[in-house]
Amino acid sequence: MPHFTGTDLVCFRGERTVFTGLDFALGAGDALVLRGPNGSGKSSLLRLMAGLSRPLAGAVTWDDESIADNPEAHNLRMHYIGHADPVKPVLTVTENLDFWTLLRSKANDELRQPNGVGEAIKSALARLGIGHLADVPGRFLSAGQKRRVNLARILAAPATLWLLDEPHTALDQAALRSLDDAIAEHRRGGGMVVISSHAQAAPEDADAIDLGQFQERL
Amino acid sequence: MRGFIQIVRRDLHLALRQGMDSLMVVAFFVIAVVLFPFGVGPEPNTLARIAPGVIWVAALLSSMLSLERLFQTDFEDGSLELLALQPVALEITVMAKVSVHWLTTGLPLIIAAPLLAVLMNLPIEGFVPLIIALSLGTPALSLIGAIGAALILGSRRGGILLSLLVLPLYIPVLIFGVSAVDAVIGGFSAKPQLLILSGILVAALPLCPWAGAAAVRQGIE
Repeated sequence: MPHFTGTDLVCFRGERTVFTGLDFALGAGDALVLRGPNGSGKSSLLRLMAGLSRPLAGAVTWDDESIADNPEAHNLRMHYIGHADPVKPVLTVTENLDFWTLLRSKANDELRQPNGVGEAIKSALARLGIGHLADVPGRFLSAGQKRRVNLARILAAPATLWLLDEPHTALDQAALRSLDDAIAEHRRGGGMVVISSHAQAAPEDADAIDLGQFQERL
Repeated sequence: MRGFIQIVRRDLHLALRQGMDSLMVVAFFVIAVVLFPFGVGPEPNTLARIAPGVIWVAALLSSMLSLERLFQTDFEDGSLELLALQPVALEITVMAKVSVHWLTTGLPLIIAAPLLAVLMNLPIEGFVPLIIALSLGTPALSLIGAIGAALILGSRRGGILLSLLVLPLYIPVLIFGVSAVDAVIGGFSAKPQLLILSGILVAALPLCPWAGAAAVRQGIE
């Protein structure tokens, strides 16, 4: 059973301590919701989990091995969705997704099949209800559609850990439901999800961390 | 290696779709060189004397012109962050981006250079060393420039900062690139200069992607 933990994390950004003494632990099938007011460090914590930045103190570990020791292995088992949706305006939706999925195809048997990547992308787009946009260039997409393309990216190439930073932004009701379904299915398959959100939309049985508690008292 | 090829393919694809960037670099190169006969007068001997230097300086400036965008567009739309989170070493990613930068700017410059050498009345025996020196020098320019391009991520007015960072580092390439051509025109062998240029390239190949990747990590943190 894989487990993903953080112990005694201290995050320091822009000459300010964002949070101190934060712990978290996730096992297979677990979900964790990060709550807290703006600026309380939800995104910062997700970036620590992704390995984009390092904690000032404490450690983020996967199966008791620090993620900083083997970043490529961590990248392979993890998907990250940040504030921006990296959809290139001059490439079509399929071309955009092709690139990101192919980068991860070597470690996945299904994707390595002939046309495996194409099929995976098609079904991911269909699940998010944007199958009809497959050949549309990125510059014609709305904010919500770009977000859906970004979500299709993580559905197309399986990875155990999903780190989703405000994934609900710009999505309509139908897309929110498909996202919830996708998260539920991912967890049933033993996946882990960390979501930052101040909306109510979050899995009901998820653990929650309120980052407001970990702010340094002045 | 697969990751390297994927990133090169995607960036070439993007460069072809956007098209204008590499065309603009070559156009700048041509115009910058063409300005000199107007500036210093059309006297053939004077032009022949300054031809290698002018062509090299113009090549160096035009190569730098497009450097700012090497990481900037990917940085702005979040792609760079995501590229750093793929199971491909960031050094490989940087190397792939540098390769594409050279293919879309360095290579067109080398192709345009003989035409401009004719325009500048460069003696005929200088053509071959000019091409060889540019072939060794422009990849080094792209590699060295990548460090600067990564360091300016997130800063405003990055373009000016970039030239301040990168141009001093370009000086060795410029000196040996020009003197290789001058040596052959003067009746000497260009071997030492070309060997030094190769040496610069060989040193830059591993060092620059490594330093560039470190700077990118700093930039996206």
